[in-house]
Amino acid sequence: MGTASVSVVFWQILVDGFAVSSLYALGAMGFALIFGVSGVLNLSHGALMVAAVVAAWAAGDQLHVGPYTGAAIGIAVGFIATLLTYFIIVSPLLRTRKIREEEKEIFILTATLLWGIMIQELIAYLYTNNAKTVAPIVEGVMSIFGVRTPKNELFTAVVCWLVIGGLWLLVNRTRAGKSVLAASMNPRGVTLLGIELSQIYVATWAIYGLLVGIAGVLLGMFLGVSSYSVGPLTASAFSIVVLGGLGSVSGALIAAYVVGYLETVTAYLISPAYRTIPALLLLIVVMYVRPRGLLGRR
Amino acid sequence: MAKLEKRALFAALGASAVALALATPGYAQDSNTFKIGVIAEVQAVAGSSIPQAAQLAADEINAAGGVNGKKIELVTYDNHSSAAESIRAFQRAVNEDHVNAVIASYISEVVLALEPWSGRLKTVMITPGAASDVITQNIAKDYDNLKYTFHGYLTSTSLADSTCAAAKDLLVGQLHMKSAVVMSEDAAWTTPLDAEYLKCLPDAGLNVLDHIRFSPDTTDFTPIFNKIEGEKPDVMITGISHVGVQPTVQWKQQEVPIPMLGVASQATNSSFWNDTNGATEGVLYQAVSGPDVAVTPKTLPFVKAFKAKFGNFPSYAGYTSYDEVYYLADAFKRAGSTDSDKLVTALEATDYVGTIGRIQFKGKDTSNPHALKVGPDTITGLMLQWQDGKQTNLWPANVANGKLRFPKFIKIGSAN
Repeated sequence: MGTASVSVVFWQILVDGFAVSSLYALGAMGFALIFGVSGVLNLSHGALMVAAVVAAWAAGDQLHVGPYTGAAIGIAVGFIATLLTYFIIVSPLLRTRKIREEEKEIFILTATLLWGIMIQELIAYLYTNNAKTVAPIVEGVMSIFGVRTPKNELFTAVVCWLVIGGLWLLVNRTRAGKSVLAASMNPRGVTLLGIELSQIYVATWAIYGLLVGIAGVLLGMFLGVSSYSVGPLTASAFSIVVLGGLGSVSGALIAAYVVGYLETVTAYLISPAYRTIPALLLLIVVMYVRPRGLLGRR
Repeated sequence: MAKLEKRALFAALGASAVALALATPGYAQDSNTFKIGVIAEVQAVAGSSIPQAAQLAADEINAAGGVNGKKIELVTYDNHSSAAESIRAFQRAVNEDHVNAVIASYISEVVLALEPWSGRLKTVMITPGAASDVITQNIAKDYDNLKYTFHGYLTSTSLADSTCAAAKDLLVGQLHMKSAVVMSEDAAWTTPLDAEYLKCLPDAGLNVLDHIRFSPDTTDFTPIFNKIEGEKPDVMITGISHVGVQPTVQWKQQEVPIPMLGVASQATNSSFWNDTNGATEGVLYQAVSGPDVAVTPKTLPFVKAFKAKFGNFPSYAGYTSYDEVYYLADAFKRAGSTDSDKLVTALEATDYVGTIGRIQFKGKDTSNPHALKVGPDTITGLMLQWQDGKQTNLWPANVANGKLRFPKFIKIGSAN
């Protein structure tokens, strides 16, 4: 391998890794946010993302809408499915007195897992388990550092960062956002300030729903998913969030780039077949050395 | 005490009688029908056509008076693409639903798992879509026990040979290509496929520069395409079935300038154009059938009837499944009974022109007993290309209805 091809591979890893990592970050941040605020690990995460992709695809395939409308429908379906998850599955379990507080976590884990499987089976029943992709909004390729890059890949990274920036502004610059942030730090403290915790939950799940919808549609345009992707998508968000520190949104952001680049380097330099292995090994090492994750507080 | 013992004895006898009845194959409860079990991946595009096409064939046969005055009845099981669920379905089909034969699955792993059960329960099984050569190699090794399995679709080796023959005419003959990279998913059916590719591609005039096997779980194909592009082959020869949409969409999105030709099962589905949002334009794939190709006089009427009944075109396994019900019916007729051994003998003598060609099985003394015979007199295979949303056949010339055409980003001969 000459110096020229070494530098090409270097830039390829840098460019491709950035797009993949940004998408991981967007997918995992909402997952981290709801854990931080409401202590819920939502194992139907992957199913909600796949629902958004399949809805965007179906809108194009069956309603013959353009890529913008298709994307909007996908985001809307991701958003609605997420809120339904909260109102039908999570909220009743959080409220009930029939289950002891310390057991609620395991009930919510099980319930969201089953809910995810139900969504997965429904999608496979209605639209088969073959992979679907969303019609891209931008097409064609461009050269970045000599790497032929699909414009859609750049578009994915830009949208991810706009949304992440928007989320940062919302959390740090608005009153509602600040209460969400406060709730993620100390839920009891927020209630003492006279803010209804359940309203904060709804607001957080709404933000999460939007993130799920956008991340799903971008994933559908970039790589595509099938009903089989439900498990791996949840697992990937889960390991990123554990690596970053449960509940830490900025930890999830950093961990997404660590995982994204580790996977890309492995895929290019070793083999695409081993793509996910080093990141999982790293996760195990982190569990031993620093169980609370990179930026975890608890 | 004596009374109790007698009761226990009766109970034991009764239980064994029930067990015997359950374990003894070939006695359909309702003797007015021939029952065929259909075990398929109903949720997958390729598998969903299997029960539909079988039902269409059964309806046609019944409307024409049935077989020896008996109706064909289908019992369908969704296996959720799982070998374990398929085995449970097979046991249920034989022991509870008393089917006389089974049509099962397009996945080689599933069929390989069912094969010993077909032997143990002495029930004929035909697969409409699995490809692994191991299915029939097993029969050669243990004919007496495994003779109940029939391979109703081409073996991987035959698929590779058909692909190489088409590549020789189209790529080497017309486009003067010289080199190829083989790119296959890691699965049971691609092991013999790739082995044959590595033999037959050089014979066809294509030097194989690399052989890449990737995990069927792969979602991002960028590193694979980058590696292949760096090797500068004229063409990528594919062996993909579990994946399809994602590599195709990413190939188009990244504008990988190398054409793809090979066995790509998902590309045989007419829904593939919409599933890939048109990214499949220019993809070349091997098949034994196509929606507009009159392989035999039976092909187009079948496609038309299927489209009218189900609203879409059949997958590749739909054509074979349809044929299988017909030649099973023919074998029931010739066997004159539902006895499994007689049915095997009758099926071995099959000579039936179906939708994919003339169906004949290889004999007991070959290395692949019960595999389909291939060749100019039986089944030749086709090479189709996706063009403007349509599956256009390019090879062989006598049934071709179009010419090679590629999207703009493909650079033919750029490597020379």
